[in-house]
Amino acid sequence: MAEIVLDGVSKRYPDGTTAVHDINLTIADREFVILVGPSGCGKSTTLNMIAGLEEISSGELRIDGERVNERAPRDRDIAMVFQSYALYPHMTVRENMAFPLTLAKLPKPEVAAKVGHAAQLLDLTALLDRKPANLSGGQRQRVAMGRAIVRDPKAFLMDEPLSNLDAKLRVQMRTSIARLQKRLGTTTVYVTHDQTEAMTLGDRIVIMYSGVVQQVGPPEELYDRPANLFVAGFIGSPSMNLLPAQVRDDGLHTIIGVIPHRSRGLPPEVVAGIRPEAFQDTRIRGGASFTDTVDILESMGAEKIAYFTFETGETGESGGTAFGDGAQVVARLDPKSRAREGEPATLWYDPAAVHIFDPDSGVNLTA
Amino acid sequence: MTAERDLGERRLALWLCAPATLIMIAVTGWPILYSFLLSLRRADLRFPADQEWIGLANYATVLGNPYWWTAFGVTALVTVVSVAIELVLGMLVALVTFRTIVGRGVVRTVVLVPYGIVTVAAAYGWKYAWTPGTGWLAGLLPAGSAPLTEQAPAIAIIILAEVWKTTPFMALLLMTGLALVPEELLRAASMDGANRWQRFTKIVLPLMKPAILVALLFRTLDAFRIFDNIYVLTNGAQHTSSVSIIAYHNLIGGLNLGIGSTMSVLILISVAVIAFVFIRVFGAAAPG
Ligand SMILES: Nc1ncnc2c1ncn2[C@@H]1O[C@H](COP(=O)(O)OP(=O)(O)OP(=O)(O)O)[C@@H](O)[C@H]1O
Ligand SMILES: [Mg+2]
Repeated sequence: MAEIVLDGVSKRYPDGTTAVHDINLTIADREFVILVGPSGCGKSTTLNMIAGLEEISSGELRIDGERVNERAPRDRDIAMVFQSYALYPHMTVRENMAFPLTLAKLPKPEVAAKVGHAAQLLDLTALLDRKPANLSGGQRQRVAMGRAIVRDPKAFLMDEPLSNLDAKLRVQMRTSIARLQKRLGTTTVYVTHDQTEAMTLGDRIVIMYSGVVQQVGPPEELYDRPANLFVAGFIGSPSMNLLPAQVRDDGLHTIIGVIPHRSRGLPPEVVAGIRPEAFQDTRIRGGASFTDTVDILESMGAEKIAYFTFETGETGESGGTAFGDGAQVVARLDPKSRAREGEPATLWYDPAAVHIFDPDSGVNLTA
Repeated sequence: MTAERDLGERRLALWLCAPATLIMIAVTGWPILYSFLLSLRRADLRFPADQEWIGLANYATVLGNPYWWTAFGVTALVTVVSVAIELVLGMLVALVTFRTIVGRGVVRTVVLVPYGIVTVAAAYGWKYAWTPGTGWLAGLLPAGSAPLTEQAPAIAIIILAEVWKTTPFMALLLMTGLALVPEELLRAASMDGANRWQRFTKIVLPLMKPAILVALLFRTLDAFRIFDNIYVLTNGAQHTSSVSIIAYHNLIGGLNLGIGSTMSVLILISVAVIAFVFIRVFGAAAPG
């Protein structure tokens, strides 16, 4: 059980790449923290610095109040689960799970008891004498988890542990990992690039983008109050509609019409963000609406996803940002919605649910 | 229909393999058979009239001769000691060059130089180096010592020359084995609490076992047939002959085709036994 503190931690690789820039993060004892972000944003690098597999270029890493920058991985008492599982191919499942305990020179009966207990917890008892080559992907994943939990470390680090599994198994393992972590109460740092995994697993999420932390907070907070354009676009599926807008006295002029807003204090150009689920096709009292032809309609069973395409031109050069071309609007509708592909539909939304971002800095001006 | 096609393909495969197989039989099978036949005859070219089939009498002669057993002992000693040293040194070289980041290509090339030098040329280099009066290594020894004229020092020098020459080859084979050990396993092992030495013995070595066995097998078979170094350094004097050297002396120097062939066949059998032991005893336990 441990508290992990990253105090201004940065990583510069010898070739000059700054992979991680000045991370400040306090991970509480028993907390489940997710590092999420697109490929190459420095998640693995951060995790490896906590593990001790990568040197920390500057800043301080403290575990339970003690500086551990200079400690070797084996002296940090942290267990890690790798994306490729990293099982030892020449050892049986039993030997794999016992490996950390044997290295720690625990007496044999104790090793057997701990391995047996972990195997039971992970439903691996029947597989103990197999070699990793003869296991399925899901079983290998569980062995990797088993090897991490046997020695009851201060913290678990997991680097995309589920990304090699098929979609169904991933959902299944996701809930088992969440349950296991609650049960063991071990501080856990979990890396993923999958926002659904991040939203469903963690107590808190750390969103990274090109080596810089964008926002830290519980899933609902990131969803409700994204700090900037990047977070807004990253969290939520389908992602938030980001529409370039001109600020006038009557509101924000966008491709879906004028969004009513008291525009005082806003820069002349902004980006308006509306979540797909903020739209509905029944009237909202005091709401705004737009009418357009449904381009494509996807029926997902529990919901319908409607896509609208707008001719750009009116918005001129402000149309098209890095976060979307500004010409497409996605709405997530009730399955009972009467919207039809190729036919016009009128969608309503609450102007208060619209986020307004500064197009230059990306900062959320409404949060 | 598929069975028919299978049969056709298999027949074609046999036809395609046939030329290579025939050539192999012609160039290796026939000489082996011929020396075996010669080993069953009295065939001394100094007495060409006196040739006849004598069964296994040549084998009795060779196996009852102390010179053969001395040579066999020397060969076994040189083989075991040089291969053991080469394995350790080769592993060190492989580990160092594998971890080198700067100028890896240059380092590897430099390490391989001894292997690129013709054995006989290198052997003469060693011979001159150890020759009293002129050699730079002999000069380091107390005055009056001539190491190549005494059995033990001569064998040590033979082993040294052998090790110097073939350690790079060993290192090269081991390096390919090292490349097979995934980096992530080593990271996992350090997370599991293994120090450098434990990572090497518990992860790297077991995973490299097949590569190590291949390297050992190649080198043992090679070392057992040692010839050039001994031929140049001592020519078998002072009981430093290897089995190949005395086979050569009987066959070419003594013109005794029967005895020489018998020795060659015995060498072949020894080599086959070594290969068999490696594959059956060690190979069976290899992972995978
Ligand atoms: N050894 C290295 N030398 C130089 N640059 C590196 C090295 N390792 C990683 N990088 C760079 O550091 C950045 C962060 O890499 P990192 O592996 O942490 O990304 P990640 O967030 O884990 O991505 P992914 O989701 O693809 O695993 C990348 O731009 C990468 O190219
Ligand atoms: Mg990664």
